[in-house]
Amino acid sequence: MESLCTLTARETITKIMAGETTAKECVSSIFERVKEIEDKVHAYLTLTEKHAVEQAAEIDKKIARGRKVGRLAGVAVAVKDVICTKDIPTTCASRMLEKFVPPYDATVIEKMSMEDAVLIGKTNMDEFAMGSSTETSYFDATRNPWDLSRVPGGSSGGSSAAIIADAAILALGSDTGGSIRCPASFCSVTGLKPTYGLVSRYGLIAYANSLEQIGPITKDVYDCALLLSVIAGYDPRDSTSANLKAKDYTMFLKKSVRGIKIGVPKEFFGEGTTKDVAKIVWGGIEKLEALGASYEEISLPSLKYALPAYYLIAMSEASSNLARYDGVRYGYRISEEDLNWNTTFSKDRKVGFGPEVRRRIILGTFALSAGYYDQYYQKALKVRTIIRRDFEKAFKKFDVIIGPTMPIPPFKIGEKIKDPLTLYMCDVDTVPSNLYGGPAISIPCGFSGSLPTGMQIMAQPFREDLILRVSYAFEQNTSYHKHKPEL
Amino acid sequence: MTELQQLEVRIGLEIHAQLTALKSKIFCSCSNDYRGKEPNTVVCPICLGIPGALPVINEKAVELAIMVALALNCKISESTFFFRKNYFYPDMSKNFQISQYDRAGGIPLAVEGHVTATVNHDDKKIKIRRVHLEEDPARLVHPGPIDTSPYTLVDYNRSGIALLEIVTEPDLNSPKEARIFLRKLRSILEHLGVSDGSLEGAMRCDANISLLGGPRVEVKNISSFKEVERALRFEIMRQKDLMTRKAHVEHETRHWDELRRVTISLRTKEEEHDYRYFPEPDLMPITITRSMINRIKAHMPELPDARRDRFVKEYGLPAYDAEVLTSEKALADFFEKAVRLYPHPKEISNWMMTDFLRYLYEAELEITELKIKPADLVEMLKLIDKGVISGKIAKVVLREMIQTGKTPQQIVKEQGLLRIGGREELDKLAERVFAENAEAVRDALTDEKAAHYLIGQLMRITRGRADPELANEIILNKLAKLRKEQK
Repeated sequence: MESLCTLTARETITKIMAGETTAKECVSSIFERVKEIEDKVHAYLTLTEKHAVEQAAEIDKKIARGRKVGRLAGVAVAVKDVICTKDIPTTCASRMLEKFVPPYDATVIEKMSMEDAVLIGKTNMDEFAMGSSTETSYFDATRNPWDLSRVPGGSSGGSSAAIIADAAILALGSDTGGSIRCPASFCSVTGLKPTYGLVSRYGLIAYANSLEQIGPITKDVYDCALLLSVIAGYDPRDSTSANLKAKDYTMFLKKSVRGIKIGVPKEFFGEGTTKDVAKIVWGGIEKLEALGASYEEISLPSLKYALPAYYLIAMSEASSNLARYDGVRYGYRISEEDLNWNTTFSKDRKVGFGPEVRRRIILGTFALSAGYYDQYYQKALKVRTIIRRDFEKAFKKFDVIIGPTMPIPPFKIGEKIKDPLTLYMCDVDTVPSNLYGGPAISIPCGFSGSLPTGMQIMAQPFREDLILRVSYAFEQNTSYHKHKPEL
Repeated sequence: MTELQQLEVRIGLEIHAQLTALKSKIFCSCSNDYRGKEPNTVVCPICLGIPGALPVINEKAVELAIMVALALNCKISESTFFFRKNYFYPDMSKNFQISQYDRAGGIPLAVEGHVTATVNHDDKKIKIRRVHLEEDPARLVHPGPIDTSPYTLVDYNRSGIALLEIVTEPDLNSPKEARIFLRKLRSILEHLGVSDGSLEGAMRCDANISLLGGPRVEVKNISSFKEVERALRFEIMRQKDLMTRKAHVEHETRHWDELRRVTISLRTKEEEHDYRYFPEPDLMPITITRSMINRIKAHMPELPDARRDRFVKEYGLPAYDAEVLTSEKALADFFEKAVRLYPHPKEISNWMMTDFLRYLYEAELEITELKIKPADLVEMLKLIDKGVISGKIAKVVLREMIQTGKTPQQIVKEQGLLRIGGREELDKLAERVFAENAEAVRDALTDEKAAHYLIGQLMRITRGRADPELANEIILNKLAKLRKEQK
């Protein structure tokens, strides 16, 4: 019999509800798998085994007594360590928050536990979600299960690696400039960045507030739709949350893409894109055409400014968001005595933050400084407006826009970390949707040798239904999502 | 003082008034009533700046701010939003303050208003530059003065209290004008019922002072309106002194040390913060509609100017008296309560304008600190009417009432101040005066002045408790009788 840890969420729930297995068995099977592979992959920062198994047993009791259970009953969920979990360490993979234990649950955590999902642990990431490789984690780099010498992508590298390694059934990531989609592409899993405002950010430790969203990382499109249905929805605690009715996104999944109009911006296939990646993604687009969609090559000239605009906005917001880490109320505190507050703050921050975080804080501080604000931050906001308009125009004509998620396949650990600019360039295809605000998904689209490549599908704000439908049709007519690495 | 005036003083004030009428803080649901609570108990993840927590605007705070802006004759912005003011300081839970800004595309809640205050019997218009909302930082507690304190304690109970910032143009020309303006402003805020200035730290003030168009010096940490005049006087003397010695006045920020009553340098212009203002991404812009403004206007309480005019019209008070009585809400309320119990407004006003206010100022008491009740004042007036006490005795009784809060009846009884009203009793005492002053009696038979001396003696031995008219009558009658007998 197949191990329970290899099941999707939908399969897990079906089996548990049919009495073929129990929540406890499913959750235990995950922890067995974690023990098997974690030494190689390093996906987790914290495991909550005892509590998870107890919770699973409670769910089994509820089922046995015929009581109603939630939509994710008994499903093991891994959560990126940037999302606050009450009484469970939430470190942002930073020395600064190594000992930080939040006094409250993020809204998404509350929503999942109301549906009887089982939190199994917190996953590794780039420090404060700043990076595309999970190498900037203070604790350890996560390995790509497809090739342990390569990065899993980032910053939600732990969540994506856990999913492809069957070390979690569902996972949550966060995406500021591609942090869900990049590792989804590099690990060959499904990762969705929802529309800005669809999922509450309450409890998401901020990197760049105006850009980021929490989203699902899953084994297939159905699970993605299912988890999105649970975590999406209006939250009065997040002022940027959209006041819309909750939807069941699994209702939109159809195997047909007949009549769907696809726009393919040539800017998504720029000079940094490897031939293999371009070929694989074009293959995916042609597959969709064969399934009844039509496509047209287009140009979105403003996209060439997306990367610098993104980094200016993200770093500026980050410099302010991360100012609160001064060691006074929580977080790393230097033990030297008799320092004045100014020196204490400086030392706490110098030791508590890693080099990439410090770099972004310094650059962001500079961009917001008197005399540079107009030149950098304000200009970046103007570019953002132009990019938005370009997308709005394109979406008048097309239902979805498709291109590669990442211009290159997963690279070697240590290959790019010394060269931040080259690393930043990898985000060229993912940042536009964060600037625009609409949803974007990465789904498995093929392999370049043994290395995965993801296809990115974007839509207008709040048209998650469309991208899930196109993704589902593609997935149901291909088998890439079923490929698993040998570990 | 005349020399000071010649030096052309320009003073601009920045007032921070807590919206004490609110139930909760500005961005979270913590209680707004933090005074007297154990340190760090009126807090939550939002006002503590715990990672992941998000602010949500208290809509009532916006309403109250609009009400104030209307009362200050400001232009209300149709749309307003929050900015982050970034700087490191131990009283900041996030190391940025959510505030508003009038540059870099920022729009404060309201701009361009004015207040009319009576300065030397003339109306003076003081322009208001802007009115905006922001959050109060935590309270720092130092053992001893700030520059020698060995450590600092932080109490976050105050963190996130809604603050209204009111900034004037540098239209004030003396510390006295500043005092008069602040008194008027405070009266307006109290009449609106938004801010209770009698609460410690509820109204604070920073001042900008320049002499002869010289450099602007900012004085911070003036903890109450009472201190403002004192701080300004010191700072003007300091600058004047520097100028007479031909020394340079620095463009700098100084700190008012309430204990030592001096200003000390905090930082020079070169050390001035660059606040790196940028729009707060976690809050949405606030739209202020015409109907919202109209609704607030319809529920505006009576303002001091209107109340002053009404006092003139309704109670027939002189304009000056009406102005003084409405300069503090509690004073005006006291007056009107007394009038309701005793419909002789002029008499009440006379007592309040003279002895009542004199005792108040002598004792440096706030009217809200007084123990005397309107009903007590009225009782005192009734005792005079009934002839139980004389007007002269009433002055003694009033002082005692203000100091102890006792009723007039109590005081009269305890101190034996009952008026000697009976003709018989007074007659007997007159006999004694005649017996003891035989020479004066002889003179009085022919000299009117000597008769007055005898009346004075009678008043003296009754310790003022005799009705002067009756005393007059008795002495003159006795003299007339003597003259008749001698003939």
